[in-house]
Amino acid sequence: MHSEAAIREPLILGHKTYHDITNDIVGPIENKAPRGWYILFTISALIALYGVGCILYLISKGIGTWGLNKTVDWAWDITNFVWWVGIGHAGTLISAVLLLFRQKWRMAINRSAEAMTIFAVIMAGTFPMIHMGRIWMAYWVFPLPNQFGSLWVNFNSPLLWDVFAISTYFSVSLVFWYIGLIPDFATIRDKVTRPGMKKVYGILSFGWTGNAKAWTRFEEVSLVLAGIATPLVFSVHSVVSMDFATSVIPGWHTTIFPPYFVSGAVFSGFAMVQTLLLVLRKVMHMEAYITKKHVEYMNIVIIVTGSIVGVAYITELFISWYSGVEYESYAFINRATGPYWWAYATMMTCNVVSPQLFWSKKLRTNLAFTFFMSIVVNTGMWFERFVIIVTSLHRDYLPSSWTMFHPTWVDVGVFLGTIGIFFTLYLLFARFFPVLALNEVKSILKVSGESYKKEAANHQHH
Amino acid sequence: MANKVIYAVYEDPEQLKDGARKLVSSGVRVKDVFSPFPVHGIDPIIGIKRTRLGIVSFMFGFFGMCLAVIGIWYFNIFDWPMNIGGKPSQAMYKNLPAFIPVIFEFTVLCAAHGMVITYLIRNKTLPGMPARNPDPRTTDDKFIIEVRTAENHGHSAEAISDLLRTTPVFEINERQY
Repeated sequence: MHSEAAIREPLILGHKTYHDITNDIVGPIENKAPRGWYILFTISALIALYGVGCILYLISKGIGTWGLNKTVDWAWDITNFVWWVGIGHAGTLISAVLLLFRQKWRMAINRSAEAMTIFAVIMAGTFPMIHMGRIWMAYWVFPLPNQFGSLWVNFNSPLLWDVFAISTYFSVSLVFWYIGLIPDFATIRDKVTRPGMKKVYGILSFGWTGNAKAWTRFEEVSLVLAGIATPLVFSVHSVVSMDFATSVIPGWHTTIFPPYFVSGAVFSGFAMVQTLLLVLRKVMHMEAYITKKHVEYMNIVIIVTGSIVGVAYITELFISWYSGVEYESYAFINRATGPYWWAYATMMTCNVVSPQLFWSKKLRTNLAFTFFMSIVVNTGMWFERFVIIVTSLHRDYLPSSWTMFHPTWVDVGVFLGTIGIFFTLYLLFARFFPVLALNEVKSILKVSGESYKKEAANHQHH
Repeated sequence: MANKVIYAVYEDPEQLKDGARKLVSSGVRVKDVFSPFPVHGIDPIIGIKRTRLGIVSFMFGFFGMCLAVIGIWYFNIFDWPMNIGGKPSQAMYKNLPAFIPVIFEFTVLCAAHGMVITYLIRNKTLPGMPARNPDPRTTDDKFIIEVRTAENHGHSAEAISDLLRTTPVFEINERQY
């Protein structure tokens, strides 16, 4: 049997059996939800309802209700879109890239991180749709035969690349997630006693049997999906960055954008995973599975990606001067010292300075500090997109059109609303779905479980 | 003699593998193995061939790529070429760099969904299908070897059970079928 070096920290604390894992994960689904869940759910659902109201108002009145003007014609809508897509990237990174690298610590967190991906991409997709103004014509983004020629969509446009990238990303992530869920739904189906629940989870589990051939296929499908989801996830945020990079606007027209956006996406996504998991492990009592070591690993990813983002910011700043293009240099001088200096300063502090604090082992293993930092990083990443978009636009080539962007209550309401909808969906997931990949956690129990590791170590000494 | 099916229940994947090895080396054919998670190394013991789903995925991906290339050529080069910023779309090879992102995404889309649909059909796991695992504990913490007497004419049910008892089996259930 495969055994693991004693020096590696255990990934499952205490003594657990296979049956304990089933009970720990399926128990909360069968029983009444803890009080904390009801409180969080009520708050998120209220914010979500307000957001839905704002979106309906926006659709019925038109996007004139946003604070956009002639100069700043793209602001919070695209900021929020990029922010949400970026958050989604951590889920795929954990489930696909870490699978290819055979990282066992991903197993306790991949399910919930992927759920986060799916909900975040839904939120991201909302923004381009509502930005169309006439949302009932959203299907025009697809190359469908029509009575105008046929007039086709333009495959040279990064905005169309986005349509294909986001829809492929969403559907592939959803399928990847569901393939992993099927065996775990079967576990719930076979464990619950209430007939209604048994029926529902029976349908969800697609009649999974868990025979040898099915598992062979399962592993092959997971591996191949991970293999194709990895370039996919990199392509998605590269395409998002090209929405900007292919346009000739000082501050946007930069070849550094794709890698810079991808690492920023992973950076913010891991921060959101931390925000969600630190609450989840407390409310759902997952301390034995989502350990301090898991949190530390994620914080290390945050240092790495945060540092890449930092290097990108500084490179961008240097090149704007070194290029000798006066419009380009002005765009950056204006970012740092112009009327939006506070947004630039927030971005620099939250994304470049603050993650460096995680070099201290004491801080990166401190859960309260990690939670605080996860909020800081996501604030910083929202400001990064705001800085890129609004500060590049608000001072046009013509000083007579220079202006500022002022969000209206609809801008704010829609943004807050998506946060509410996101958390509502996530809480429903945490209540009714297996929050850990049961089958994967069980498969590492005897290798990485604390009590089994101790046993193996004792065995070697004798 | 009525045909019998024997379920040998184990508590650990390694013990199950030992059991399966013992059965196979005595010439007993193992019908199937049910487990709560993949038991690595069981496939060669009980004679399961490698799945071809990887090839299926490649074929779907290749199909998707061809479809995307042909589609984009038809839409933007043949049927309605557009002149954007003085850069007309007149030849596929000149425009190809700008078409790569969509071709890539569509390849991935077809490869992923094609493979997953094939996987679900081959596994007979589709919405509403009934569960066919012999014991509900196989999705929790038990590992089961299934042996059918109909496939093992040289061995009686008792002989197989006796053989199984020499391995660290948790329990043995027999059923008529």
